[in-house]
Amino acid sequence: MKPFTYVAPTSLREAHQVLAKAKGPGDIRALVGGSDLVDQMRVNRRTPSVVLDIKRIPEMKRLQWLPRSGLHVGAAVSCTDTASFPAVAQHYGSIHESCQLVGSTQIQNRASMAGNIGNSAPSGDTIPGLITFGAKVLLTSPRGKRPVLLEEFFTGPGQNVCAPDEIIQEIIVPPPPANSSGHYLRFIPRNEMDIAVAGVASMITLDRRTHRCTAARIALASVAPTPVRAKAAEAVLEGKQITAALIREAGEKAVEAARPISDVRGTIEYRKELVKVLTRRTLRLCLDSLGQKVD
Amino acid sequence: MPKIPLAFKVNGDTQEILVQPWQTLLEALRDELGLTGTKEGCSNGNCGACTVMVDGRAIVSCCTLAAEVEGQSVITVEGLAKGGNLDPLQEAFIEHGALQCGFCTPGFLVSARAFLNQNPHPSEHEIRLAIAGNLCRCTGYDKIVRAIMDVAQKGA
Repeated sequence: MKPFTYVAPTSLREAHQVLAKAKGPGDIRALVGGSDLVDQMRVNRRTPSVVLDIKRIPEMKRLQWLPRSGLHVGAAVSCTDTASFPAVAQHYGSIHESCQLVGSTQIQNRASMAGNIGNSAPSGDTIPGLITFGAKVLLTSPRGKRPVLLEEFFTGPGQNVCAPDEIIQEIIVPPPPANSSGHYLRFIPRNEMDIAVAGVASMITLDRRTHRCTAARIALASVAPTPVRAKAAEAVLEGKQITAALIREAGEKAVEAARPISDVRGTIEYRKELVKVLTRRTLRLCLDSLGQKVD
Repeated sequence: MPKIPLAFKVNGDTQEILVQPWQTLLEALRDELGLTGTKEGCSNGNCGACTVMVDGRAIVSCCTLAAEVEGQSVITVEGLAKGGNLDPLQEAFIEHGALQCGFCTPGFLVSARAFLNQNPHPSEHEIRLAIAGNLCRCTGYDKIVRAIMDVAQKGA
């Protein structure tokens, strides 16, 4: 590993003092679980001069659900703690599922959703679910704080809108509308411990009386340079009574948002097929959770 | 770059050592403290050979900087035996022949111990999920699962 300075501030103020000295992009990297960052530093893929361990900052450990503003998950809250937080299982199915899919037990015990987001890999498992629930990331820097909509956060593989002196403080997920359900599925060739060939999160809101779909959100992982929303597929469903035919059509339309590459994990054609299948399956899971039968 | 003074507990004993900022917990345990039971396999968090417990939770020590565990309590495979008696999991691994070359065994033992401490009566599926982050290249999974189930059934 290339030498670096390790700092572990115990307050946001102290962290800001460190961040104020950032010399440029990638000069300072925030550390939570290390499963991405430590490995990347080991092979010189990322070479920060300062590693900022944020786990001793109280604000970064916030884990709270408020009926008005929703779920607040500090940047240093582990996936294990996120998944076992009752409000997550109750309101945000896909987030609950994805926090238990990231890496292994050992990884989930250290890694956080903010780390998954900050690493900005197109395959980040926790990201599509968060996007479908309209999550924002709250960025903090010596210059102040700013919320960024998660779907607008990523600019390319491993890249995002964070300025050199900015780090994620927390993720804020608004309360879902009544009668909503969200699920995430990824495809990997084995049962555990792999990177998604493709991943799809869907979120559906149904009108209680008419059972029509009032809101649909679909987000894809591993099939574009960044996680993406499949807006054309959402439009197929919104305002309609969801039928098997519409689910099939949404699957076809979801592929329009995918710009996959062929690599060791799968070909372009295979990934596009997976997007169709996983979109259909996640939509059916959402409808099942809402007790809605589909012909 | 000055070394960082690190004070933490290892298998119940307080240790005070100096570490480089870029030294991993795995390197500190093996090279500074001579605890070579914890193994380096893949070095990137995939294989679980370097699994140790930090404050009761299984983690991979190859992706953890030593400096991060300041003030925390680390348990390695050397700390599983109590008062000269092997942990029931270690006994069960021997009894079931749950190892071939043995390189992955310390990681499996620590993962399984952390898991059973939290979930003493798991299903087979839960056990398989809990050790999914530990790879055995000799393909001894079935005997490993049986050994862990045996201990869970005996409630040890």
